[in-house]
Amino acid sequence: MTPVEAGMLGQVALLAAAVAAALLVPARWRSRVGGILCTLLAAAGVVTGVIALSGGQGSLTIPAALPMDPLVLSPDRLGGLVMVVVSAVGVLASLFGIGSARVASASRTAWASMAVFLFGMQLVPAATDVVSFLLLWEIMTLGSTALLLAHHATRGTVASALVWYSAMSQLSFFFVLAGFAVLAGATGDTGFAALATLDPASWQAGLAFVLLLLGFGGKAELVPLHVWVPRVLPEAPGHVAAAMSGAMVNIGVYGALLVCVRLLPNGPAWWGVLIMVLGGVSALYGILQASVASNLKVLLAYSTTENMGLVFLGLGASVLLRRDHATGAADAALLAALLLMVSHAAFKATLFLGAGAVARSTREMNLDRLGGLGGRMPWTAGAFGAAALGAAALPVTSGFVAEWMLLQALVHGSRVGGEVVSVTASVAMPLAVAVIALTAGLALLTFVKAYGIAFLARPRSEKAKQAREVPLIMRIPLVIGAILVIGLGLLPGPLAEALASAVGPAFTPDVRTIGLAGVDARGIDVVLDPATVVAIAALVLVPVLAAILVSARRHPTRVSPLPWAGGGSRLRPRMQYTATSYAEPLVRVFDDVLRPTRDVEVTHVGESRYLVERVHVEQSVSDVIETRFYRPVLGLAQRFGILARRAQNGSIHRYLSYSFVALLVVLIVVSL
Amino acid sequence: MIPAIAVALLQLVLFVLLSPLLIGVIRQVRARLEGRAGAGVWQPWRDVRKLVAKDPVRAADSSWMLAAGPVTLLVSSLLLCVLLPLVGTLPLPLVPSDLFVIVSIMLIGVVALALVGLDAGTAFGGMGSSRHMTVAALVEPTLLLAVYALSIPAGTSTLSLIVETRLQNPAVIISPVSLLAMVALAIAIMAETSRLPIDNPSTHLELTMLHEAMVLEASGRDLAWLELGSWLKLAALLGLLGNLILPWGVLTEFTVAGVLVGLAAVTAKILLLGALLSVGEVFLAKVRLFRVPELLAGSFALALLAVTASYLVA
Repeated sequence: MTPVEAGMLGQVALLAAAVAAALLVPARWRSRVGGILCTLLAAAGVVTGVIALSGGQGSLTIPAALPMDPLVLSPDRLGGLVMVVVSAVGVLASLFGIGSARVASASRTAWASMAVFLFGMQLVPAATDVVSFLLLWEIMTLGSTALLLAHHATRGTVASALVWYSAMSQLSFFFVLAGFAVLAGATGDTGFAALATLDPASWQAGLAFVLLLLGFGGKAELVPLHVWVPRVLPEAPGHVAAAMSGAMVNIGVYGALLVCVRLLPNGPAWWGVLIMVLGGVSALYGILQASVASNLKVLLAYSTTENMGLVFLGLGASVLLRRDHATGAADAALLAALLLMVSHAAFKATLFLGAGAVARSTREMNLDRLGGLGGRMPWTAGAFGAAALGAAALPVTSGFVAEWMLLQALVHGSRVGGEVVSVTASVAMPLAVAVIALTAGLALLTFVKAYGIAFLARPRSEKAKQAREVPLIMRIPLVIGAILVIGLGLLPGPLAEALASAVGPAFTPDVRTIGLAGVDARGIDVVLDPATVVAIAALVLVPVLAAILVSARRHPTRVSPLPWAGGGSRLRPRMQYTATSYAEPLVRVFDDVLRPTRDVEVTHVGESRYLVERVHVEQSVSDVIETRFYRPVLGLAQRFGILARRAQNGSIHRYLSYSFVALLVVLIVVSL
Repeated sequence: MIPAIAVALLQLVLFVLLSPLLIGVIRQVRARLEGRAGAGVWQPWRDVRKLVAKDPVRAADSSWMLAAGPVTLLVSSLLLCVLLPLVGTLPLPLVPSDLFVIVSIMLIGVVALALVGLDAGTAFGGMGSSRHMTVAALVEPTLLLAVYALSIPAGTSTLSLIVETRLQNPAVIISPVSLLAMVALAIAIMAETSRLPIDNPSTHLELTMLHEAMVLEASGRDLAWLELGSWLKLAALLGLLGNLILPWGVLTEFTVAGVLVGLAAVTAKILLLGALLSVGEVFLAKVRLFRVPELLAGSFALALLAVTASYLVA
């Protein structure tokens, strides 16, 4: 038995143990035992993935009773990479769950379905044929649905969120199934190796590509299939949201990579353009909605749409540029997509866990009522801050390295050796740069808002004032997550080499480690060594710190309860800016896209209408795609349903006559 | 390697000395044009000395951000002075003056300042911070597209190579691509450094403030670092603009005479640009906040035109 086989068998065994423990262990110990077993299950995934990524082989064959080929699980390097990323998030989420799971999220259903969810997610990248892929995909979806369902009893909004989630997951599943069916029909086999023999230029390949892209895009929360995200993730507890938004979306990315790297590499140029458009629109729309959101979890949920949009933008650029023979830039764009996926998993998991910690301490997710948590929850604040830096793509985080690589690939993509590669590329690349730049700018604002409003300034409510730091078991995954965000940003060289090996042997991006673990992308001749930049910053900081120390000795800091405060009183924290007011200029600028509804109610003092007693302002931003696209479709479906109700009125006589007519029709057809 | 480090160090020292003087010149020119006597070109230096020699006062429930933010802004601006090709274009080992890296280092300072504004926990701080970040977000596309346009003739986004290309082939400077990109870049820099017409650096009315509203609560050395950091940023970006428009005098190979010429050239360019900026500001009024996006959209259009023109013309 090879290590990969042992790892996969270990995951199966740990799944059985975790489900058994969740069902049998009494409530008092359930979270601890269930959480530890889920952590071990995810850790087994990490180990298996690392071995597969470094070239380990091994396959698990599940004989099927049905008349079809046995299911074979055997992760290749790319599958190993995705398995590592997904399972690492699973480890963090499970650890956090040990401490944070309470009442509904510590129920039998919750822990059992958590294990099933993690298991399905970890093994989807190991599938080598369509049937096992779809089977594990559905196990993952089912696990996550049941996990959310556990909260059904405590909150009324869960039900409607779940309906959206189930409908959208099944829509994705349908697209994926249809896409694979087209491929299987064209090649006559269901194994991935056989599917890869199809010519990408054929019409079957094109049709399958569009269907698969829609299906995987739905899982990766891309516009317009993202509508479930802002409903479902705020209902999920922190660790579940982290697992869904940090890990599950990567399965969507894996699907797209499977199509563009393994099954149908070197697709036509329009594939690249289509992926880029889908990614670009998602990135812009996601970050715009995130920047105006006041609920912390909604903000993070929309930001996932943005990040996944950027991943697809990179992937699309690589398909397009490969077609134009700008191989160096194409490789760099593919690498950037992988870097974005890895860094997003690290920072988004940490951000959601941080939000979970805030929710546990304050029972409040509305940023407008938070504030001043930095001093009250220093560990959470530090971890959230580091992850927010990553999400805003600032140095020295993994998010920065990824976005830098993407920008460099795009800038170098439109020309090779001074010659323009194609008209499409020379239009697409500048537009993509502009989209990324606007996205990056809005992401900065979004995460300054998220961190600054929640953790800085003064508490805006009594709940925020009473906040306490979370227990040690929840702080550990937060700190590990923050270390990953910064660490991967400081060591881009080894990371990029590992990622480059994952897309082989189809593509071989030429990257090396340079300097202090910096990255050297030789295909486009650019280098980045964040550790050296940090070293220079440290050198520059020395004289500044010396000056501060000298000054601090002579002039100590005075703390005043009443500093200048803009000339006014500091007594009322409600006079501070809130998340809503912070995003107000942006709402005005993007009025046409966001279409906010505003309601201002002014109550005047009885004697004079020049004096105001109270002002009540209400503003809400709805999802334009939901109101303009899904609602009309749903309305149509409902009207059809009402019509159908006339035929199905519950009368037994009517049903008997239907049966009779059906029988007659069958008899007539048979006799013909 | 040693000469490159020496030049970087010289740049750092020169800019720390020069940036308050630049602000002094800008204010003095403006005062004279408006018929005032002015406080003299050395006043910013005296301000910094005064601020460092005061006890900083911090609000009771503010966090460590109020102390760390100003230092972060200062260090990010100092890094700009080290990495940008101001005196010379000698490449530092492992850290080429990559424009994307430089923009993101500058953004660290932008974020630090915005967080300082929020941490004060007052309405004005939050207001300044919110507007500052909105402008920063909208400037970003212009900035990066201008970088893209500049990188096309040189085939790289490394600034020292871009400046060297312009030095060897001055026709690039007056090409339409370059001119459009320079105008876009200049508007972006005005927005990033809180100058007119986006922000009024000498306003005393809190409601019209962007930059000043965020530093209202800072005092003592905190305020000194914030001011010095912002001045250094302005000086470094003007130096960059100067070297892109007039690359002559920049040191490309290390000689002692060359270093002296480089120092003198960059000083002259910055002070000249500062004086021009000041003259321009006399004739400009601050744009309404909600008209700023229109201005930035205009500059974005110029940058996009610059990039697309590069495929038609060159």
